[in-house]
Amino acid sequence: MSKIPKNTILSKQRLAKATYEFWIDNALVAENAKPGQFVIIRTSEKGERIPITIADTQENAFRIVVKAVGKSTIELCMKNAGEQLYDIVGPLGKPSEIDCYGDVLIIGGGVGIAAILPIAKALKNAGNKVRVILGAKTSTELILQDEFSFADKLVICTDDGSEGIKGTVVDGMMEEFNLENPNVIWSVGPAPMMKATSMIAAQYGIPIWVSLNAIMVDGTGMCGGCRVLIRKEENGVTKEEIKYVCVDGPEFDGRYVDWESFIRRLQQYKEEEQKALERFLEEVGDISWL
Amino acid sequence: MAVKDRVPVPELEPSVRKGNFLEVSQGYTFELAHQEAQRCLQCKVPTCVSGCPVGIDIPGFIKEIIKGNLKKSYEILKSYNYLPAICGRVCPQEVQCEGACVLNKIGKPINIGALERFVADFASQEGFEDEVGRLSFSEGISKELGNAPRKLTDLRSKKVAVVGSGPAGLTAASELGKLGVQVHVYEALHEFGGVLVYGIPEFRLPKEIVRREVLQLETLGVELIKNIPVGYAIHPKELLEKYDAVFIGVGAGTPKFMGIPGSELNGVYSANEFLTRVNLMKAYKFPEYDTPIKVGKRVVVVGGGNTAMDAARSALRLGAQVTVVYRRTEAEMPARRAEIHHAKEEGIEFLFLTNPVRYIGNETGKLVGVECIRMELGDPDESGRRRPVPVANSNFVIEADVVIEAIGTESNRFLLNQFPDLKTNKYGYIVTNEYGQTSIPKVFAGGDIVTGSATVILAMGAGKKAAEGIVKFLVY
Repeated sequence: MSKIPKNTILSKQRLAKATYEFWIDNALVAENAKPGQFVIIRTSEKGERIPITIADTQENAFRIVVKAVGKSTIELCMKNAGEQLYDIVGPLGKPSEIDCYGDVLIIGGGVGIAAILPIAKALKNAGNKVRVILGAKTSTELILQDEFSFADKLVICTDDGSEGIKGTVVDGMMEEFNLENPNVIWSVGPAPMMKATSMIAAQYGIPIWVSLNAIMVDGTGMCGGCRVLIRKEENGVTKEEIKYVCVDGPEFDGRYVDWESFIRRLQQYKEEEQKALERFLEEVGDISWL
Repeated sequence: MAVKDRVPVPELEPSVRKGNFLEVSQGYTFELAHQEAQRCLQCKVPTCVSGCPVGIDIPGFIKEIIKGNLKKSYEILKSYNYLPAICGRVCPQEVQCEGACVLNKIGKPINIGALERFVADFASQEGFEDEVGRLSFSEGISKELGNAPRKLTDLRSKKVAVVGSGPAGLTAASELGKLGVQVHVYEALHEFGGVLVYGIPEFRLPKEIVRREVLQLETLGVELIKNIPVGYAIHPKELLEKYDAVFIGVGAGTPKFMGIPGSELNGVYSANEFLTRVNLMKAYKFPEYDTPIKVGKRVVVVGGGNTAMDAARSALRLGAQVTVVYRRTEAEMPARRAEIHHAKEEGIEFLFLTNPVRYIGNETGKLVGVECIRMELGDPDESGRRRPVPVANSNFVIEADVVIEAIGTESNRFLLNQFPDLKTNKYGYIVTNEYGQTSIPKVFAGGDIVTGSATVILAMGAGKKAAEGIVKFLVY
């Protein structure tokens, strides 16, 4: 095999507080990745397998954007250009269903903005009218907005009003709905944001793709840890199905996701995560600079 | 000498082993192995060999133990089976070679598994493992060379991709490697070995042994490549273009869930997830290793197979009080008797004729109990076993922090979805002929993705058979 990946970090850039962009040397991922897919990364021999959405590709390299929130993501964000990542496997997951739908509304929040970028570009290239709503707590936490210049419309929402609409992406979404209902929506960000946007989409009967950030282990359909309950009403009968985010997703129609159990499952290892974080911080000291 | 009884294999005491993941069976010393080997009658027509899916010359390797020629013994083993340290530990010998041993008529059969393991471990300790490994390479070649020298040269220019590094893939790779075929093994996970590293716990099969034996394939020139999800990073079309033949050994993989209410609660695991966290990710060493696992105080394991025993005994070692619930009786349990015995010795409780009907959660979505129903055995079903039927109004609740469902797996579609031309049966498993050849002539398959969940040695037998098929396909 000539293309055995090196997984060297080619470049690293700080996009916002504790939020970093990496370009990583890996021809297999670069050549095969499609919008919506993800990789699984391990930072060390003892590390967890963490799924991260692929944000872009170029020849022999791919891009990810990571927010340092727990032990593993902090450890990843402390890596520098020139260093090698321990393991990378990908691309994984089903690609986004890119097609010409007409009018598409794209919603991104937090680091979800990076995940939604290649999807938005591909939808634009497929001939859609693309309206984009990006949200952040405050303007300094807003990332990659310059890269959305191809969009037919770009709306910014900040919780504190430091840029664009004062409010969440849900407020931005309602304003866009007042102008014209889109044919389909993509919404990627923190689970509560995806839930809230899905609720509205359901009221209007518009399909909404969300990218679920479930806890995974293998990422190849082997463990079932990332399972999510999908609930659909068909001819007045409620049908429940267990789906695996890693192989059936990561994108699902948010109108049918059982958000309550999904969000609870994200909290499964909260105590352990806290313990691992405290232990790690003792080792590396203050990371407020990150 | 008492021919009837076996020389016992030293084991860690239950009270010692239940607190750690150390290997339970300590294996024979040379003296013990020598004593046990001497019980072998060296049958002229050995029935044990016919009981072995890879046809090891069992009397042959045992004879060399008696003579004290362990290198020769290892050579014999290695020429039939490239993974003897693994097989000696995890094969269900009681229904294979040992089940067919003539000594069953008068007493206990030869402990073939323990002898195989002893020879393999000895080879590693004495450092002649690699030397013999290479020897089987040249022997494989010269054997074939005698038959067809020109065709063999052809074979050495052929390239074969093996997808999946579990027992089937590793065996196919070793058989082809011995003949000089250029073999690339692709593994999606970050360790080689498939179920040997994610499924079987450390206390039955130390991961160091797997690593050692797998890496030995490199002495045959086999290239092992990890972290490659074939189907996604390499499209099947590309494989078919680049390789002269492809072997698929991706395992059965996807866990089944009972699908009862509450399956989405926190604390409900598939055995695959529980064991992968523990074995592959070393969650039993959290927080030294980053991957966590939940066990709590009380664990309920659902199922009666080897995977259920592995999950139950792992949970016990993580400090939980463990109950296995199984819907039939002990007699119908598919697990190896030795595993059930070990589990009982360690203090695992069994509730037979019991089946969960609902998982009960608290207000935060965490499992707190398993509601079960009593079963009784009715008429035989298609498997020939009496079908368990629920007893009305016999429901009761077991308090539990974690439940682990070990009720089997089904076809993993991860690769197959990318391979639509490949013919599968109604259960989603790949259809092959006796040599593992699929509906696409240059694609072969073997192991659980063909048969559904089976054993390590059956997968290895399938890998061996497919290697034969591939050689025939490549040279004729």
